Amino acid sequence: MSFASKSPWVIHYDASSCNGCDIEVLATLCPGFDAERFGVINTGNPKHADIFLVTGSVNERNIKVIQEIYDQMLEPKVVVACGICACSGGIFHDCYNVLGGVDKAIPVDVYAPGCAIRPETIIDAVVEAVGVLEEKARAMKEKEQGE
Amino acid sequence: MNLLFTLIGIVAFAVLAPCVGCLLAGLDRVISARMQGRVGPPLLQPYYDVRKLLQKEAASVNKVEDTYITCALVLSIVAGGIFFSGGNLLFSIFIITLSGLFFIVAAYSSRSPYAEVGAHRETLQVMAYEPMMLFMAVAFYLASGTFNSAGALFFAVPAVTVLWPVFLGFMFVLTIKLRKSPFDLSYSHHAHQDLVKGITTEMSGPTLAKVEIMHWCENVLFLGWTGLFFIWANPASIVLAIVVVLAVYFLEIWIDNNFARVKWQFLLRSAWIVALVCGLVNIGFLMYL
Repeated sequence: MSFASKSPWVIHYDASSCNGCDIEVLATLCPGFDAERFGVINTGNPKHADIFLVTGSVNERNIKVIQEIYDQMLEPKVVVACGICACSGGIFHDCYNVLGGVDKAIPVDVYAPGCAIRPETIIDAVVEAVGVLEEKARAMKEKEQGE
Repeated sequence: MNLLFTLIGIVAFAVLAPCVGCLLAGLDRVISARMQGRVGPPLLQPYYDVRKLLQKEAASVNKVEDTYITCALVLSIVAGGIFFSGGNLLFSIFIITLSGLFFIVAAYSSRSPYAEVGAHRETLQVMAYEPMMLFMAVAFYLASGTFNSAGALFFAVPAVTVLWPVFLGFMFVLTIKLRKSPFDLSYSHHAHQDLVKGITTEMSGPTLAKVEIMHWCENVLFLGWTGLFFIWANPASIVLAIVVVLAVYFLEIWIDNNFARVKWQFLLRSAWIVALVCGLVNIGFLMYL
């Protein structure tokens, strides 16, 4: 087993969320749910993070920011769309300024719906993301060995 | 012969200090979590973190950053080896400072605004703790007649009996050296800080892993200095020193969890006042009384 799954460090970005999902993301790290049990740390720094948690929908103003953060993260990396707005645009999907879910900007690996997303769903999504991370880490290693 | 002994010390430190430091860091995270009413990560979490960082894609903003960090890591191991093989305390202090300077230069080399602010703050921290470090070495020399840490093994009574003001001053700056809140201005263990990750902002993957290992080695060395105050000719004193070191480490974790970060002005002023009062008064007593 690779160590990628044992220390999933996350970065959280609020795209254009109403703050409902953001509060839940932070609540996941608090004593009640204690995501650090699984080695999860909120790094706040794309260069240190493995999992990118995005809340809220994508619009013209923040699409570049999301792409920039994604580009700064190092492989292996996984993207989790947190909340229904990040998944598809949610109730804002037909607003004139909203482009849609996070997958309009960057490749998304895990979709975690909810309005607001529940901490249990976030933990589930991160566990799912850790599986993807593991796969990507293995693929990276095989590629390295192949070279 | 002496040189050979130091070399053996350095190799032994290079092997043992990361293991001990890693366990101490894990203990720190578990105890911190319990203090906050959480379960916390497994004891070996820092080890998993570093192994993961080593597996990440290697990338750097320039070619020299990783070299500087490697120098810093090697120097911190040399400093620890010199101290634990009974070598020169003053030399150990200077080398660990040089290691710190390489760390600062690595951050400056990235030209990133966040890393630069972190590097400024790290420089201020060096300014804040360095006088107390030197006073500690001088006071140790006055008490033992040698700068060699092995000199403590010939004491009739532990150094803390005559050096307790210096010990108190050292305890104050130890919080800065261990990077504990309220003095974790440049780089904190906790994410939710004003400066993202401060001095390590631009360091990633394997480079960040080296920073973590360096931090473990440094912690072991600093706690070794703490233990030095409680060593005397009796071999059982080593047990006492280990107990005191663990108690001090617990106290530092408690401080870390209970005090908010201070501004740099307070850090510098308080560290220098403590150094001047504790250090100079103690040295004055040793020299003239």
